[in-house]
Parts: sequence; structure tokens; C-alpha cells
Amino acid sequence: MTRHTLSVLVENKPGVLARVAGLFSRRAFNIHSLAVGQTEHPEISRITVVVDVDELPLEQVTKQLNKLVHVLKIVELEREKSVQRDLLLVKVRADARQRADVLQIVDLFRAHVVDVASDSLVIEAVGAPEKLEALLAALSAHDVREIVQSGTVAIGRGGRSITERAFERATA
Amino acid sequence: MAQVKAPKPSALAPQPQALAQATNGQEMTGAQAIIKSLECAGATDVFGLPGGAILPTYDPLMDSQRLRHILVRHEQGAGHAAQGYAHATGKPGVCIATSGPGATNLVTPIADANMDSIPMVAITGQVGAAMIGTDAFQEADIVGITAPITKHNVLVTDPNEIPKAIAEAFYIATHGRPGPVLVDIAKSAQQSPMTFQWPERIELPGFNSGARPHAKTVQEAARLLATSRRPVLYVGGGVIRSGASAGLRKLTDLSGAAVTTTLMARGALPDSHPQHLGMPGMHGTVAAVAALQKADLVVALGARFDDRVTGKLESFAPNATIVHADIDPAEIGKNRAVDVPIVGDLKDVFEALVPALEEEHRKHGKPDLEAWWAQLDDWRNTYGLGYVPTDDDLSAPQHVIQRLGEISGPDTIFTSGVGQHQMWASQFIKYERPNTWINSGGLGTMGFSVPAAMGAKVGEPDRTVWSIDGDGCFQMTNQELVTCAINEIPIKVAIINNSSLGMVRQWQTLFYNQRYSNTDLHTGHGTARIPDFVKLADAMGCVGLRCESDADVDATIKRAMEINDQPVVVDFTVSRDAMVWPMVAAGTSNDEIQYARGIAPEWDRGEEE
Repeated sequence: MTRHTLSVLVENKPGVLARVAGLFSRRAFNIHSLAVGQTEHPEISRITVVVDVDELPLEQVTKQLNKLVHVLKIVELEREKSVQRDLLLVKVRADARQRADVLQIVDLFRAHVVDVASDSLVIEAVGAPEKLEALLAALSAHDVREIVQSGTVAIGRGGRSITERAFERATA
Repeated sequence: MAQVKAPKPSALAPQPQALAQATNGQEMTGAQAIIKSLECAGATDVFGLPGGAILPTYDPLMDSQRLRHILVRHEQGAGHAAQGYAHATGKPGVCIATSGPGATNLVTPIADANMDSIPMVAITGQVGAAMIGTDAFQEADIVGITAPITKHNVLVTDPNEIPKAIAEAFYIATHGRPGPVLVDIAKSAQQSPMTFQWPERIELPGFNSGARPHAKTVQEAARLLATSRRPVLYVGGGVIRSGASAGLRKLTDLSGAAVTTTLMARGALPDSHPQHLGMPGMHGTVAAVAALQKADLVVALGARFDDRVTGKLESFAPNATIVHADIDPAEIGKNRAVDVPIVGDLKDVFEALVPALEEEHRKHGKPDLEAWWAQLDDWRNTYGLGYVPTDDDLSAPQHVIQRLGEISGPDTIFTSGVGQHQMWASQFIKYERPNTWINSGGLGTMGFSVPAAMGAKVGEPDRTVWSIDGDGCFQMTNQELVTCAINEIPIKVAIINNSSLGMVRQWQTLFYNQRYSNTDLHTGHGTARIPDFVKLADAMGCVGLRCESDADVDATIKRAMEINDQPVVVDFTVSRDAMVWPMVAAGTSNDEIQYARGIAPEWDRGEEE
């Protein structure tokens, strides 16, 4: 099985995320990550789904998704031709003695500290999933108290827009 | 009782389009808007049962000049009736139920309509908008429940949205691959004032109602049909739904190919057509199954390579190039890899494919199919459909069903439940017209027959409608005979009573060492006869007849045919040991088809190599 990133453009209607997510589980596909948000057109939302699936079943699930009335367009974003990012927030115990060590790791990964308390830090990191995994590995020697991660969001490289034509159709 | 045909109010009312124009801009309640919307959508007959959350809508329904409402005895009956109506007429069926249990009782027919691509609109009441999500009395998230089994569904809480939601529901249900659409309408929306506005056009940017067939792939399909030596048309229910029987007939005659019609496609090509080999699949004819196994070209037309047709998928039609034409692109390549895909409405496919094939014939001449037909004829002559006489002096169920078909004739509509009687009805009745065979194919819903027959009779009141049912199926939904009796819907029911859940019993005979776990129903000959179907029929306002021997079969059928002012129920007591043959055991290859128990066809008899 290989990992695929799909951008699913949908009409911004109630329940549409549940329909899309439900279709994956109903047809026995495992969603690795899922992120949803508005696009430059408020009436269109964009769902980024990362799934582990072979080519043939992927074609089938894409066709099934296309049958959902509120789904406008599905585009697979290839890793090399797109920018793919996750957001990670980590809360680490760090008192005066440990803080220097933790901050060094933060610097090495070009992450940021977004909250400081007397005995803890919250680190924010954005990047490809592999980079975030490496960051977490580096932090594992410390007392990690909480981790929260967003689903992957992705956008194609170059000047073309995948929302443009979908928007034209949606508002024609 | 004198024969009184219920009035068809549609003749009195204005046409839908004029009605919409006349109604636009009027102030009314959401409930009135539901009724007006159904009228504007062209509905004339609806099946339903009121309850709290849909009650506001039942009030203006009483005044409708255009809608005939049939009050069912269980919402499942409303759903199956809407299906039978749609299947018989090609028009969308409509059912109405209240929230909670009313709506969940529609779940089975909705799932059934989804599997068998039946255009249906279900209207359900929902608790008031302010109470949604509070676990209110009779609240169920029916939109959530039916999302996986509808083509589309929607919850309406704003009364002004009602006409648009219903207009879109009818559009989606009937365009592209047909299917069920549910519109769930909050009671508060039904009770609130609104301004009626029927949409001038449907705007659904994400909805694809189907492409036109691509000229290049049509061309390729024609070339293959003109050059293959062992071609088979594998015809599915899509041909029926598309209303494309005439096109199929042309392609059949022109191509000279062998034709098989699946359970959902019986009647798409007349059974009397010389190129028709019958039904393929688990209980198909040896000739149809063998033709597909040995074909060098399979042209699938509105079929979906269902497991009941293909048997073990990897060994299905192993030497065939596959052309697959379907209106739903998701069907193409779903189960079987396809060499030539054609996406489009079957009507359009035939319209393009027939002239393309004529052109191929002009260029290259007609293919020589003589050897193929010699082989096919040998199979069908050697392994024709048949059955062995019973050894318990009771009627053979196959004989009863065959005589029903012969006496009642090709204009009759037959519905069935699910099980042995369904398979025999698909095998031993000769179908000559589309939409005369109505059954639950994909979902396999026991209890489908009686309410589906009711719906078919409402839609086609001038045709004889026979519900062929099993004693098990009949006990699931027979209460709709009360609906039929009271509403003067004179269907005829033939209970093929073998006193057991026959198909399950057959599998127990074949695969579970004759251990008959929980399949005895005690309804047949020599049993306690609980219930007594004749008495039950009488209690429900129907004529009840019983037939216990071969000698009485014809006379009983003729007697039933003479009664047209009341529903008739005939209890045909038949042998319980009869089995459905041929059979491909589940999960095995079609090559392992058994003609009868322990008898496998000899494949190479007379085959020319």
C-alpha cells in the first residue's frame, strides 16, 4: 500500500465532512489524516485526506466520492509536486535545568516556543510529517506532557489553481 | 363487491409546470409547501403513514386534488410499494413517514432501492428544529442513518427551503443512475409560514447525471463485436432502468451475439428471442453460465459484476475481453478489470453502438458465429431448465409457478420475495416485456413481494399483478393486503407454501448435513397450519383459496384470475424438498455449476477446437 494525498473540494454544506469521512470507512479505507477548512471562496471548503491504499482501490474510492452530491472535485497531490505540511504543538516539562537542552532542539528544528511557564514550554512546529516525527524523537528524552497534531494540508506547486474551475462551476 | 376503480385525480389537476407558475409567490405553511412541491414534481400517488412529526403535512394532504395517498399498515410497506410503483411505471415512487420509528421503518426499502437503483423519494417528518439533538420523543437522526444507503439526503429546517429540497430530490432520484433520496423536514418548518418558490432550474454543481458515451470506445466495442467469435451480451438491470429494451433488441439482432439477462434484467429482451440463453449466475441456466465462461468477448450492459453472477470473481469469464457500458463510472472496473469502458445512459450507448457496428459489418462483413451457436445450442438442448417430479404427492413448486406464467400471460406484472420462489419465478416464467418482473435483487429483502405488488398495481391498474411469495416472506409484510382490500387494489398473491424457509433449508440440505436449524414454519400440508393462510386472507378482506395437488393448479389459477374486485391469496401447498437448480455454490467458480445435485455438465461435448 502506498500513501496518497487527496484534495477534495466540497460545497460548504452541513454534514459534508461526515459524508466524505463515512465513505472512506464504509468502503474499508483507513484515513491516515484529515484536515478541513474554507478556501478563498467561502462557499467551497477543502478537505485534505491522506490515505494508505493501492492504486486500484484509490480509483474506486475517488469515483465513489465523486458521486456525493456536494463533492465538486477531487485532485490527488503528488508528494514531489506539492507542498505538504502538518502543524504540531508539544508541551514539554522544562524547568531551569532542562530548558537550555529543549531550546537547543527547538532551534535545530526551526520550531518556536509559543508558551512559557515556570516548569514547561509549548513548542510549535510546522513541517512535513517526517520532520515532525524527527522532532518528537529528539524530544523523547524529555518529559513530553501533551502532543497535538493537525491533519496534513497540501497545495500544488506552480501557478495553477485547482479551486478556480470548481468555483466557476459552483457559481455558474 | 362491484368493481370500483379509485378515481385518478391527476386528470382533474393542472399540469405540474402550470401548477408551479400558479403557486409561486403564494404565502403558505411549510406543510402546504410539501404538498404543493410533491404536486409540482409530478407525483400522483404516494404511500405513507402519519405520526406526530409529519402530522402538519397530513392536514393539507387531505385537500390535495392531485395526490392519492395510500395509507399503509407499516412504513416498510410504504417504501416497498413506492419501489414497486417506480419499477412498474419508471416514474419515481414516493413514500411518507413520521420521525423516529416511522423513518427507521423506511430504512430497509431505502437500502433496497439503493442497491437496485430504483428512483424513490422518501419524505420524513423530523422533530422541531429546536429539539433536534436533545433525544426528543421519536427523534432519530435519519439523515445520518440513511447517508450510506441513499443517493442523497437532506435535513430541512427552513420552510423556505422546502420546494427546492423536494425539487432537487426528484431530480437526483431520476437523473443519472436512479436511486433513493430522503428529505427529512423538521416539524417546526412544516408549521411555519413561507413564500412558495418552485426553482426554475436545478443547480447542483457537484452532481453528474452522466456523460455521453465516448465515440472512440463505442467504436472499439463495435470492432470487438464484429470480430469476436464467441460474443455474449451480459445484460443487467440498467437496461430496464434506462428504458433501453428497444436498443438492446437492435444490438442483439445485429450482432448475433448470445444474450443473458440477470435477475434484475429479466424481460429486457423477450425470453422467446432465439439468442436469449436465460439468466446467468448462481441459479442461472447452464447455457448462460457456460456462455460467459467460454466467451471471448463479454459486453456488460448496465450490469455490475455482482458476486451472484460472477461466482468466484477470479475465474469468471477467464478468456473474455470485457466491454462495460454503464451510466455510473464507479461501476466500471469496480469488480472486474475492463478493457473497453463506456460511460453513458444505455439508450445513448445503443444509439451509438448500433450504427457503429453496422459500419464495421459493412467494412469487414458479419462474423461467423456458427460454431459458437452450435456449442450454445448443444448446451441449452442438453441442459435446459427442468425439475424432477416430487415424491411426496405434493405439487412441484416449479410447476405451479410455470403455470402461473403461462395462464396469466406476458402482460402480467410479477413481483416476488426472496428465496427459492424468487429463483423459480425468474427461471420458469417467460418474460416478454421490461418492467414485468419486480424483485429485490441486490439487498435480497424478504417481504418485498406483497407491498411491491400493491405499488405496481397502483401504478399499472389495468394490468394483472401477481405477487409470488414464499410462506416465510409472506409472514413479514402480508398486512399490506389490508391496505389493498380497503383501497381497492386487487392484487393476486400466490404463496408457494413449502412450510419452511426454503432457500435456507436447501443450503442446510446441501451444506449442513440436513440439520434443519430453525427453518420449519409449520404452515404447510400436514402441519398445524399456523397461520392458516386462507383464514388470514379472509380476515384481511381478501379471497383465500387453497390448492394442494397438481390436478387443481390450473383451475385454481383460473379462479383467481376471475376475481378482479378484491385481492386474492392462493395458498399453494407444495413439496418442501424441491430445490433450485442449476446451482453454483457460493464462493466457487462458475465452472463448477451443478445442473442438478451431483450432476456437472460435460463442458467439452461436441466443442469444436
